[in-house]
Amino acid sequence: MSQSDPKLNINSSVRQNVFVRQESIAARQPPIPTRGVLAWINDNLFATPLSGFVTLACIALVALVVPDLIRYLFIDAIWSAEDGVPCRVEGTGACWAFVERKLSFFVYGSYPREMVWRVNLTLLMGALLVGWLLIPRLPAKRLASVLFFIAYPVAGYWLAYGFEGVLPKVSTNLWGGVFVSLLVALVGIVMSLPIGIVLALGRRSHMPIVKFVSIVLIEFVRGVPLITVLFMANTMLPLFVPQELTPDRLLRPLIGVSIFTGAYTAETIRAGLQAMPKGQFEGAMSLGLSYWQMMRLIILPQALTMVIPGIVNSFISLFKDTTLVAVVGIFDFLRAIEVARLDPVWAGPSLSTTGYVFAALFYWVFCYSMSRYSQNLEARLAVGRRR
Amino acid sequence: MSVHPKLQPVVNEIAVDLIGVNKWYGGFHVLRDIHLSVKRGEKIVICGPSGSGKSTMIRCVNRLEEHQQGQIIVDGVELTKDLKRIDEVRREVGMVFQQFNLFPHLTVLENCTLAPIWVRKMPQKQAEEIAMHYLSRVRIPEQAHKYPGQLSGGQQQRVAIARSLCMFPKIMMFDEPTSALDPEMVKEVLETMVELAHEGMTMMCVTHEMNFARQIADRIVFMDRGEIVEINTPEEFFSNPQHERTKIFLGQILH
Repeated sequence: MSQSDPKLNINSSVRQNVFVRQESIAARQPPIPTRGVLAWINDNLFATPLSGFVTLACIALVALVVPDLIRYLFIDAIWSAEDGVPCRVEGTGACWAFVERKLSFFVYGSYPREMVWRVNLTLLMGALLVGWLLIPRLPAKRLASVLFFIAYPVAGYWLAYGFEGVLPKVSTNLWGGVFVSLLVALVGIVMSLPIGIVLALGRRSHMPIVKFVSIVLIEFVRGVPLITVLFMANTMLPLFVPQELTPDRLLRPLIGVSIFTGAYTAETIRAGLQAMPKGQFEGAMSLGLSYWQMMRLIILPQALTMVIPGIVNSFISLFKDTTLVAVVGIFDFLRAIEVARLDPVWAGPSLSTTGYVFAALFYWVFCYSMSRYSQNLEARLAVGRRR
Repeated sequence: MSVHPKLQPVVNEIAVDLIGVNKWYGGFHVLRDIHLSVKRGEKIVICGPSGSGKSTMIRCVNRLEEHQQGQIIVDGVELTKDLKRIDEVRREVGMVFQQFNLFPHLTVLENCTLAPIWVRKMPQKQAEEIAMHYLSRVRIPEQAHKYPGQLSGGQQQRVAIARSLCMFPKIMMFDEPTSALDPEMVKEVLETMVELAHEGMTMMCVTHEMNFARQIADRIVFMDRGEIVEINTPEEFFSNPQHERTKIFLGQILH
């Protein structure tokens, strides 16, 4: 115990037993930490011998890898060329000229070149609407939702596929590249959420048949690889419907991917539903809300907020899994790179690496954006809403 | 203020009628031959040791729990498996919970207007006026735009009371409304409940607040081991308890 402070007028013999405060203590600022860069380095990088060793090892690793990487990707890289000849020279780095020359093939696949404005317009509309929906500052979200979820799919379909007498038809056989990858990812993400919600509610339903069907669907889809689901969608869907209604070859994997991701999302959402305190259900019921009102207004908004990291996790995983649609003959972005690197005009030792680095960059940019957005969303929804 | 819609004509003298109600959790008999009639405007306080079935009984009245035998008639409507009737009863019966059960993702005002808008199909503006009226009555109109998590326990419970009142319930039920509160907040909630009682609301309260019971109850129901042991006026109940178990209980809680 510290010595009694004369300023507080405390008699030290009294302090132990009886105490009546004479003056209250004014709030003071916390002590200012007197720490510089060196102190920070000492505390965080070299606090213990082990920590110091790990720090040095990491620095060594970076020193070993990064200079070579920079040399390969930037300094020794070929930035412009007419064909693959300069890239074949011994000691050259990445062949960015190849990416530049093949860019339109990567983005549009075999879509007729004179009509790619249709794809551009479709992608642009999608980007604008997604931005409108996701950026909180922008107003009129209801209008944005109607446009994005109802008007955009119809408009995008007419624009990209063609409309009798106005725009010539472009068969989905010719669609490809980034356009198809984004299409599969977007449809999968948008469709998997409602599928997931319905399956999650179904699995927790008191109606035995609804519950049974949901469990069977979830467990079956989760129990097989995506490739199997894609093959099944490709070969089995046409068997279930009349010949003239056979789904388009691009539509089949879209359905497969949506159901696959939906099943995973369902389990994530179910976790959120199960984490909801019973009192929230009872509070809603005691006010006379119906089951659907209770779910829509009270339970799902909270449960979904809770499982945003899990849902975004399945979206990110879906985004990368879109590369698998290539196995059922869909010409996605990665497939476009695969094909382009075999072009004899360009073929060379550095082409594969260049193509795959470019692909990695593309997937990373999108996945990391989703991750960042979800963190931002969580922070925004958490404000003032903690119990 | 005249926000209350036309007063309903008195159809029944009996607001809540429990006739021979029995309930089991698995093999455990939680409610045993419960007979209780609550008159319109009457205030019933239910007390008893924990696990005696008090909460279960009032939770059966708005069907948060299902009874297996007997009849429960609320404002002339018998509770059966019919979902329409259950919703009908829940609209007319307000409930205040021990843990408040406010909706943390909605503001205080939204908590209060949600059910009037979605269940009573009231225009938003009118619902907000009514909500502000009741929030003023529980003396927290200035908190209307905060989230429940930003309020103290006592304030949250008063919001919960206001939220129930916004539905113009004919009967209010309280399930240990002050048990989760810090001691210094009990009073503000009880005062709100006393005011409500003085306005003639039909009330069923499960509570351990014996002074409150003495102050507002028309009758006190003492329950133990799933059965009603004694029903009496507060004066008789406290000064002249009849049953041996009532005497033991009162001996334990009144010191």
